[in-house]
Amino acid sequence: MRYLPLTEADRRSMLATIGVPSVDSLFRDVPEAARLSAPIEGLAPHAGEMEVERTIAAMAAKNISAGSVPSFLGAGAYRHHVPASVDHLIQRGEFLTSYTPYQPEVTQGTLQYLFEFQTQVALITGMDVANASLYDGATSCAEAVMMANRVTRRGKAVLSGGLHPHYRDVTLTNARFHGFEVVAAPADPEGEEDLLALIDDKTSCVVVQNPGFFGQVRDLTDLAAAVHAKGALLIVAVAEVVSLGLLTPPGEMGADIVVAEGQSIGNSLNFGGPYVGLFATRDKYVRHMPGRLTGQTVDAEGRRGWVLTLSTREQHIRREKATSNICTNSGLCALAFTIHMSLLGEEGFKRLARLNHAKAVQLADRLDGLKGVEVVSDSFFNEFTVRLKKPASKVVNKLAKHGILGGVPVSRLHPGDEALADLLLVTATETNTDADMEALAHGLKEALS
Amino acid sequence: MNTQGRKTHIDTLGVEGGNAASAAAGTISGNRALMLEEPLIFEQDSPGTTGVDLPEPPTFKPRLGKVRERGTIGLPGLSEPEVIRHYTRLSQKNFAIDSGLYPLGSCTMKHNPRLNEKLARLPGLSDIHPMQPERTVQGALELIDTLAHWLKTLTGMPAVAMSPAAGAHGELCGMAAIRAAIEDRDGSTSHRRRVLVPESAHGTNPATAAACGFTVDAIPADATGRVDLEALKAKLGDDVAAIMLTNPNTCGLFERDIIEIADAVHKAGAFFYCDGANFNAIVGRVRPADLGIDAMHINLHKTFSTPHGGGGPGSGPVVLSEALAKFVPLPYVVHGEDGFSLVESGEDDQANGKEFGRLKGFHGQMGMFVRALAYILSHGADGLRQVASDAVLNANYVMASLKDVMTASFEGPCMHEALFDDRFLKGTGVTTLDFAKAMIDEGYHPMTMYFPLVVHGAFLIEPTETESKQSLDAFIRVMRGLAERARSGDAEHFLGAPRMTPRRRLDETGAARKPVLRWVPEVSQAEAAE
Repeated sequence: MRYLPLTEADRRSMLATIGVPSVDSLFRDVPEAARLSAPIEGLAPHAGEMEVERTIAAMAAKNISAGSVPSFLGAGAYRHHVPASVDHLIQRGEFLTSYTPYQPEVTQGTLQYLFEFQTQVALITGMDVANASLYDGATSCAEAVMMANRVTRRGKAVLSGGLHPHYRDVTLTNARFHGFEVVAAPADPEGEEDLLALIDDKTSCVVVQNPGFFGQVRDLTDLAAAVHAKGALLIVAVAEVVSLGLLTPPGEMGADIVVAEGQSIGNSLNFGGPYVGLFATRDKYVRHMPGRLTGQTVDAEGRRGWVLTLSTREQHIRREKATSNICTNSGLCALAFTIHMSLLGEEGFKRLARLNHAKAVQLADRLDGLKGVEVVSDSFFNEFTVRLKKPASKVVNKLAKHGILGGVPVSRLHPGDEALADLLLVTATETNTDADMEALAHGLKEALS
Repeated sequence: MNTQGRKTHIDTLGVEGGNAASAAAGTISGNRALMLEEPLIFEQDSPGTTGVDLPEPPTFKPRLGKVRERGTIGLPGLSEPEVIRHYTRLSQKNFAIDSGLYPLGSCTMKHNPRLNEKLARLPGLSDIHPMQPERTVQGALELIDTLAHWLKTLTGMPAVAMSPAAGAHGELCGMAAIRAAIEDRDGSTSHRRRVLVPESAHGTNPATAAACGFTVDAIPADATGRVDLEALKAKLGDDVAAIMLTNPNTCGLFERDIIEIADAVHKAGAFFYCDGANFNAIVGRVRPADLGIDAMHINLHKTFSTPHGGGGPGSGPVVLSEALAKFVPLPYVVHGEDGFSLVESGEDDQANGKEFGRLKGFHGQMGMFVRALAYILSHGADGLRQVASDAVLNANYVMASLKDVMTASFEGPCMHEALFDDRFLKGTGVTTLDFAKAMIDEGYHPMTMYFPLVVHGAFLIEPTETESKQSLDAFIRVMRGLAERARSGDAEHFLGAPRMTPRRRLDETGAARKPVLRWVPEVSQAEAAE
């Protein structure tokens, strides 16, 4: 077995040092009834690289990879071009096979990139401070609500109908078990909801997504002021982080906490994970924040260096009184984000965002003229909603048969709501060509005829 | 494991131990050959430069409604070679499994096979969107289902929830399942809200119990480092929802009474949550189902070797007993006549109606699933059994080779990790922390220190099965040498360590007192000072 270095001679000599006759005797504390005397049944014996690769490659071959066909899927996960150097750098063993930087003298590399990550996240969201990442956008959203409950000492969250249903559902799961109240506004494809009517003096926070799940972009300045007037916090969720290269950031609109899905920068689609949750807030709330934080300090010779800090918020110190139970986060995905963002820089990030918006405008114009297709979103970034004259899920399945991944039917994420059955979310990114768009237009024409 | 919040010994570092290394180097740059000083990316800004060539967007009319386009963000501009050099240099300041023995107890820092990296990057697995039609991702669903099958087989459990994103997230899943099952059985007003957690538990256990709306009640350890069975029985009652027990426990010991504990817990109408962080010690040799557990998370980044990545991403599937099998999070994969499909909502025809909700976005840590499956298939039934055997053998070898110079906390044999405390340092003026820092200069990542909390100044050493005997012998020689050095009165050597690292001891107290959590441009800093 290529991964196990001990030889039989080593094992014999080590057992002699320990003073036991066999490895089995080291397991003597295991109740006899629970000891397996032979390898687990059913699983084949060890296999070489070639055989394992064959088995798993066969599974991979049964999937249609998004890059091999015209693809327009979004709804919280976006296909962007990731520069080759990102994946090269994150596979350096010094990053890949290191762990949480508990010993700062030998993990300055990890600590420094996390400090850079925190700074980048704070900059793009327009906030004061960000943590070193959480699992994903949806879990970050739930953590933000629980943080708002701690800050305001209230226990009721109001969720916009434009919030990604997964973000809503993860928050609801946490609400059920952690014990707080959630008022979730109904799905809001037209962007007409009145969240202020749902706020009362028990409301800890209002959660809105921008761009919204259905695509609209909103100026949240007035909403922020109104929420603050009620003593609550405004949480802004960003499911497509590239939008922050073009839109006024939530921090400038008055957000108190910004959560985002960072997958778009540096990370592949990966069928939904691992992704990276971004979490940013105001300086005054930093001690209520969940997750790891890297801070600047000096070493014994007065040189600048980095350490994990404010850990008295965390579970390994505070145990049941911790701000969150999170331990492992998304370190390597955060590194990919940081490297990609560093490669883009100010110019590149803004250009990427403009390019995405331009592609989406082009696609919306192309589709809007088609018979049986109506663009619903009057404003959007790189994703918009169209209303079809047939159920969107059927249309999408038809398109898939023709080798086109044509979008995400709203009904997949909002099941059971007949009024939404004809709605399709369509995304265009920098990866989509004119030919892709033509293929979608033709495919839709056919599917709707 | 936790080392934060410990007082550092910075104040005690005199000039003698202090500037020696840098002063001796005497370089103009501050560099020391391969050890290069590297500023922040923000301090290398060439405005207007970018490392990504993107086409200029065509002229078009934006559709941003009332939202203004943003102004300056403040991101630095660098070319590709500059970015590559920057992150390469940062990587060189890290200790990693690839470079040496990383005996961080309870974290299972074993070798990460590169085949697994290669396979996770196959476009058919990495470049698929989670919302693609199910017909277009049958292979991905098959892979999740296959991994689920092996996790169930290896644990003997009938069900597994695949979506949790890490160990602590798996705990949340398991405890949510327990609460959902109790409410289903006893009604939603059930007063079973007390969870018993041993004092030696990982901090995530009590934090998770609290996050699920339970109260935490600590159970003491007995003199052998295990749960005190009588104390546990005395605490059981009709308000107890569950016990959360790590097995092998955080002292590196197998809980001998585990079957009796499970029986007592079940008899009291409560559930048994097992923290599976240490599954590496028993994989292929013991099936947790045979111990009577109801739920256990498996850290794929520990036992199944998905890379730790500087702190994630992890993955924490949770195996469940028959009693909990229906109380799962959404979504999950099912296999019907038509192939594989996902149950994504309680309204799905295939849903069982008892699902407790969603834990994260989309379907789980697919990238980690690929690596874990490759690991399982590579090892096979014989290899996995050998993993546990060698992990336990290596730890006992370290224990046997050090127990005459260090103080083992409990009688052996241990499982996959060896626990020592700081009694052997008594009167030397050297603490566990100082000892750890001296290990760094010797080329080792320190073990987990000051955890578990049940012994004083803990050294928790987990060598894992991927260390050779030669590697262990070298480590043992260093540990023995350091122990002798400490006892010989050379405290100064330890108090000044590490001396040869990119940075010496860092001021953690100062970092927490006045937190600087991001870079700010010098202009803003100057403005702030005025």
